[in-house]
Amino acid sequence: MSSEDTQKDYSESPINLEYQYTAGSATTRFLNQVKEGNIVGQSCPKCKAVYVPPRGSCPRCGVATDIEVPLTDKGCIESFTVVYIPIPGNPIVPPYVCAMIRLDGTNISFLHLIQEVDIEEIRIGMRIQAVWKPKEEWTYSLENIKWFAPIDEPDIDVTTLRFQES
Amino acid sequence: MSDQKDLLRAPFELAYTYKRSNGPVMSKFFNGLGEQKILGTKSSTGKVFAPAAEFDPDTHESLSDMIEVGPSGTIESFSWIDNPQHHHLLKKPFAFALIKLDGADTSMLHLVANCNESDLNIGSRVTSSWSETQEQRITDIQFFTLET
Repeated sequence: MSSEDTQKDYSESPINLEYQYTAGSATTRFLNQVKEGNIVGQSCPKCKAVYVPPRGSCPRCGVATDIEVPLTDKGCIESFTVVYIPIPGNPIVPPYVCAMIRLDGTNISFLHLIQEVDIEEIRIGMRIQAVWKPKEEWTYSLENIKWFAPIDEPDIDVTTLRFQES
Repeated sequence: MSDQKDLLRAPFELAYTYKRSNGPVMSKFFNGLGEQKILGTKSSTGKVFAPAAEFDPDTHESLSDMIEVGPSGTIESFSWIDNPQHHHLLKKPFAFALIKLDGADTSMLHLVANCNESDLNIGSRVTSSWSETQEQRITDIQFFTLET
């Protein structure tokens, strides 16, 4: 074992943290609907802002968001980034696009993938819609949506999406 | 609000794939383990640090003078693990021990196994038991056993 090719100047030192994740009541309600192919946000009773995925309270007003709001799976790209660097353990092959998705009728965006389009064509304000996995594969996860893909609708001016105090 | 029992739960694992640079001194230490040698570093005051230290905490000098220590030593302190948990490397009862290797002035944390708790004392003599395969890691020493 003394040959030169066994000499190393580094050590593999992976860290694995094992958790038991408990969703909490708001996320449980959301994921139970996602399991059925529905996206249901929650609305603030005070400022009317709609949150998806819902966290159970409004960060602006500090009140519980107990009003459920069925949503469409259409929206627009609020922001995006092209990922060129492979991440260990991530099965998606770069380059690929992660985008902040703003669903119609909501006041917050969430992160998901954009596919089925040339990267050069992706732009802020582009209209997109969820592409779902086959129904048999649906589980309690937003991964039921494979990715979002562009639809043939005019772009949205994202500055109009800013929250308006009612 | 949902009933507690209706809440969704799932196991979740967060993993970081770190690779750590050992630097010139610790590279020699780990590569030494690959050759079944335990290396320390010697300070200008004559003090020997094992496992190898990169700096002398007293004189603040950089250390690079490698010196072989062990493979036997003396238990300075120990803690007996009667019920090993899933993250422990050994599945049978063992001790974590601070071992001052022969030729060293500092002690090294490692495992002592193949013995009973009542066999262990501060001052007990132990010797290294090497793993079957050497990977230039501290686990190349599988554990220490009582010297016969």
